[in-house]
Amino acid sequence: MEATIKFQLNGKKTEALIDPTETLLWVLRNHFGLTGTKFGCGLGFCGSCTVLIDNEPVRSCQLSAGDITGKKVVTIEGLATDGKLHPVQKAFAEHDALQCGYCTPGMIMNATGLLLKNPSPTTEQIKEGMEDNLCRCGAHVRIIEAVNTAAKEIKGGK
Amino acid sequence: MKIKSNTRIVEPSSPKKPGLIPRRDFLKYLGGGVLIIFTPLEACKNMAESVQGARSVPKDFNAFLHISEDGIVTCFTGKIEMGQGTITALAQMMADELDVAIKNMKMVMGDTALCPWDEGTWGSLSVREFGPVMRKAAAEARAVLIQMASEQLKVPVARLTVSNGIVTDKLDNSKTISYAHLAKGKKIEKHLNEKPKVKAPSEFKIIGKPYKRTDSTLKVTGEAKYAGDIKIPGMMFARIVRPPSYGATLISADTTEAEKIPGIQVVRDNDLVALLHLSRDKVDEAIVKVKAEFSQIEMSVTDKTVIDHYLKSATKGNIINSKGDIAAGQKLSDKIIESEFYDGYVAHAPMEPHTAAAMIDGDKITVWASSQAPFSTRDAIAEKLKIPSEKIRVIIPFVGGGFGGKADNPQTVEAARITKLSGKPVMLAYTREEEFFYDTLRPAGLNRVKSGIDKDGKVTFWDFSVYCAGDRGSDTIYDVPHQKTTVFDQGENDPQVHPFAVGPWRAPGNSNNTHAREMQICVMAAKAGMDPLEFRIRNLKDEKMIAVLKAVADKFGYTPGKGPSGRGYGIACGTDVDTWVALMAEVKVDKNTGHIQVVRVSCAQDMGMCVNPQGTLLQIEGCITMGMGYALTEELLFDGTKMITQNFDTYEIPRFSWVPEINAVILDRMDQPPGGGGEPAIICMGGVIASAVFDATGAILYHMPITRARMLEALKKV
Repeated sequence: MEATIKFQLNGKKTEALIDPTETLLWVLRNHFGLTGTKFGCGLGFCGSCTVLIDNEPVRSCQLSAGDITGKKVVTIEGLATDGKLHPVQKAFAEHDALQCGYCTPGMIMNATGLLLKNPSPTTEQIKEGMEDNLCRCGAHVRIIEAVNTAAKEIKGGK
Repeated sequence: MKIKSNTRIVEPSSPKKPGLIPRRDFLKYLGGGVLIIFTPLEACKNMAESVQGARSVPKDFNAFLHISEDGIVTCFTGKIEMGQGTITALAQMMADELDVAIKNMKMVMGDTALCPWDEGTWGSLSVREFGPVMRKAAAEARAVLIQMASEQLKVPVARLTVSNGIVTDKLDNSKTISYAHLAKGKKIEKHLNEKPKVKAPSEFKIIGKPYKRTDSTLKVTGEAKYAGDIKIPGMMFARIVRPPSYGATLISADTTEAEKIPGIQVVRDNDLVALLHLSRDKVDEAIVKVKAEFSQIEMSVTDKTVIDHYLKSATKGNIINSKGDIAAGQKLSDKIIESEFYDGYVAHAPMEPHTAAAMIDGDKITVWASSQAPFSTRDAIAEKLKIPSEKIRVIIPFVGGGFGGKADNPQTVEAARITKLSGKPVMLAYTREEEFFYDTLRPAGLNRVKSGIDKDGKVTFWDFSVYCAGDRGSDTIYDVPHQKTTVFDQGENDPQVHPFAVGPWRAPGNSNNTHAREMQICVMAAKAGMDPLEFRIRNLKDEKMIAVLKAVADKFGYTPGKGPSGRGYGIACGTDVDTWVALMAEVKVDKNTGHIQVVRVSCAQDMGMCVNPQGTLLQIEGCITMGMGYALTEELLFDGTKMITQNFDTYEIPRFSWVPEINAVILDRMDQPPGGGGEPAIICMGGVIASAVFDATGAILYHMPITRARMLEALKKV
């Protein structure tokens, strides 16, 4: 059942002997110990398990390990570089755009993917792009501000 | 000033005096440095008495505070962090009293082996009740440290001042010593006979200032650990055979097919049948192969008929407030308005489902849990497993949202049972379906209100009843000569009343009662031909309520107008957890689709001393955003004891497109004791939205949530 799967995980070439039918979420959490990616609903409705695959935000609870062969996977743990927070992470912290923090990794990954596709989103586009990521604490207003701030910083850095 | 004390300095290597330091784990954890143990008995007594049924103060109730050799101050508290920001507010209170920088504060929360006993994190009690205890402990610690500094520096106590953990002689600033230096290599236990005073508000440097969350770096990097993130070598994932309907009992479970999956282990103990596997996927695959039979409870109630069901089953009314004479009040009335308001069952739906990791080691069990109540969780495990509490350690990592739903933690007992039966470390994380099924729901509610007004727009009488939702917030708040409040049983423990478990949901009962009261007031103001703000102020004597109403009107930019004005402006106010709160909202109603868009919401809050205005703002925004859910969409669907709602596809919680512009004002009441901050604003969301919808359309919505279908139905009647 197990097979060697080759892919890129958080910037590093990775080879792992895993069952390709296992859910990507559990593989990331339990095989690689990357527990920043959360289980929220198991059916792709909440977005707590969002990761980037080839820069596209996807629900890791809806994918299998086999789906990532040859792809670039980025989780919340792989976003900061050289100990420096990614602009989206930094903006979330600066804006206090979180409370319990459970949806936060998924929110940040989704926002990162959104900004990769559209570096200058309007507030309406941010809302639309974040719509299917759920937050129960009600940090939404601050998350929208944080994504706006991050967009400006990413553009300014270019 | 000479402080009398029974100081005792003990070198770390000297043998422990019995009863001084209760737990080996605790010492191991602390290492070097100074340890100060306080027993703020007086304050503790107050806390214990506030817990229903608690008659005595647990013996191990100590407030612990540790200052390490590097100057880091660690505070141990039984409170937990679930997003409400206690981790920051409590640190602020302690840092201010101690005169240390907040960056040097470390919070250790919710670990039954390390932290003092605590009733649980709910009721907005952390700052309101535990805060003052903590401040006293910190003030005492500061006094002890200054006394030690005085002895070392040979400078009288009165001449010493502290800033950022450094004690300095006011007259000679070369004479200085840090807390860290004082702490070096010593272990101290002190009890001061004369308790020093806590700081006056004018002396605050940290309390009352806006501080950002101290846990955000951990949370934005994914480093923050929740119960489900605990990894124990050899840990197995557990799934339990679940009933098809609530309250059903297991008759038999055939696990033959499930066991064909290699690596599956089965655990059986009476009502508990669990499967274990090293892979979560495999155990998920196996659990659906179990053929189980259950004996089910039949109930003929559905979400559509729940109110009739209540009226049949909740027949015992209890008058909790009565003043004047309702009949006399009716005679004084120019107009009498009679209404019934309904609310559906609502789920807590935290993003983190109930989760527990458990490990057995000899006769000791450790459980990491997503719980709001570490100590009662520990005791519940002890009771079920029939092992002494001392053998159980419950650790609460970060909790991914609670809202009252994690006051109850069946998963911890289940995980502990499974680890004991299997001998293996286990992880039990509820699926979303289990989370909805086992949630202690906010009960559906019915409010009957009959009230009258005279020709001057004064409320003549007020006859208010609440069925099954609870009495919190059922007070009249308005100045009414003839009034009565009747509470029909909550039915929390009566299986005849509720088909599912019910329990505290963020400001329990108050969102139902405030919705009913404020909507009735909205209708009365319209009948009186008065502006709803003016109508409220005319009928209020409570100065604090008047002040928050005026403050919110100012923040909102409110201009008077008789309802329905067509503007879509709503108002609601109320009290909760010693806080006075008023909200105003503007909505837009699409008369073709029934869609309601909340455009903006303003909030004013008098919460007494506000420890962290930034944290409070987050809580207000959270209450407003979360509260749109019970007002507009959230309602569990069920058929008897079968839960139909299973996941977020059919249970719609607020999303980004819903989010209104939010602003808030916190009244400056630093001289007053602190009120609660995590719950108040949510109580007004039903009333403020329903009254705004009325103002926009003239439709009176009696039923929460105001779904599109209900909105369209109500528009037909206008």
